[in-house]
Amino acid sequence: MMNRRQILILLPAAAIAWKSVLAGTPEMSPNYKLSEHWWSMLIDITKCIGCGNCVRACSQENNVPDGHFRTWVERYHVNDENMTEPVVISPEGGIHGFPATTDTSDKYFFVPKLCNHCADSPCTQVCPVGATFISPDGVVMVDRTYCLGCAYCVQACPYGCRYIHPELEVADKCDLCYHRITQGLTTACCENCPTGARQLADLKDPKDPIHEFLRTHSVQVLKPQMATGAKVFYNELDGSVH
Amino acid sequence: MSAFKNTGHLLRFAGLFVIAFFIFLIVRHFVVPKSFGEYGHYRGNAIKEDAARPSYYAGHEACEGCHSDVADKKSHGKHAHVNCEACHGPQLAHASADDPSKHKPVLPDTTVLCKQCHAASAAKPKNFPQVGDDHMPGMACKDCHNPHSPAMDQAPAEKTASTSKAPQGGKK
Repeated sequence: MMNRRQILILLPAAAIAWKSVLAGTPEMSPNYKLSEHWWSMLIDITKCIGCGNCVRACSQENNVPDGHFRTWVERYHVNDENMTEPVVISPEGGIHGFPATTDTSDKYFFVPKLCNHCADSPCTQVCPVGATFISPDGVVMVDRTYCLGCAYCVQACPYGCRYIHPELEVADKCDLCYHRITQGLTTACCENCPTGARQLADLKDPKDPIHEFLRTHSVQVLKPQMATGAKVFYNELDGSVH
Repeated sequence: MSAFKNTGHLLRFAGLFVIAFFIFLIVRHFVVPKSFGEYGHYRGNAIKEDAARPSYYAGHEACEGCHSDVADKKSHGKHAHVNCEACHGPQLAHASADDPSKHKPVLPDTTVLCKQCHAASAAKPKNFPQVGDDHMPGMACKDCHNPHSPAMDQAPAEKTASTSKAPQGGKK
């Protein structure tokens, strides 16, 4: 009796186990140690020209579906009579750049955005199935095989960095080009930024130039009042940016 | 006699409970992925799977190995810090091919490409070189500027119309 029972129980479980055996254990770069990194990014507002190269590169490198963005650029237009209500545009995420303006009476600037890879991220806290998590090297990731597509995390992210992939029906977001940074490359957006406005940084690397930059510049994170532990640092961020 | 008349019922129930617990453990052993809990309350292999995704951009080091002449030219000019694929697009297929000529990159059209960065706009940083539409209309940028080192090698001679304005830092 126990045999039949065990067999009945084990059949579906064995099928699942066999599937994962067939899939194999993926290999990481052998020299990469998860515990030796804590990834972040530095964005210099004073250098961004709104060309959209980062958005194009990200879309191609990560097969981002049309109309969705892992990174995007916003153009802020601040009138000095109404500093707290800026006019923000981001036509198609800025993938084709921005319309030119000749208006010199107001303030204009570009703000590239992406997942802030928060150390205390609201999105990972709300996931009901443990499909999104912060990796030991500080990258907020989505496990596509676990994600149910409930979009709770999409609502929870205060920065609007997540979307539901229209074909896979799972949450998708920036993973700091994890396949590149574990190989010693930089992210696709940083690689293709022509002015160096975006810099990948490793906070655990004492030789990383970010440490000196953070010491000597006026650096902000987005929505610090949310206490998310955001790790995307903005140089010369205007107070009107939300 | 014990205080309970029907202890047998309770024992059978407890026995069922123990059996169910072991069945739960067996099922759990097979259903929960091996790498779950390796680093935290998630599947550890998800990290490795993400790291194993395919790439499309090779990175400028890959280009400079073969195209050292361009890299050298570029390193002395204004575009020294602009990486190759920023203009030429993703080239890993070209860089990693046995025969790179089979994956020849498309030559960018400078009438479109250069404007993506250098079209004049008041929204851009003031010290960034920008050109208005009135600068040499109808000509491709590379007729006068080498995109790899875009300083003016020579005056554009007879092409210089009196109306044309040289690009400067600041808008036109």
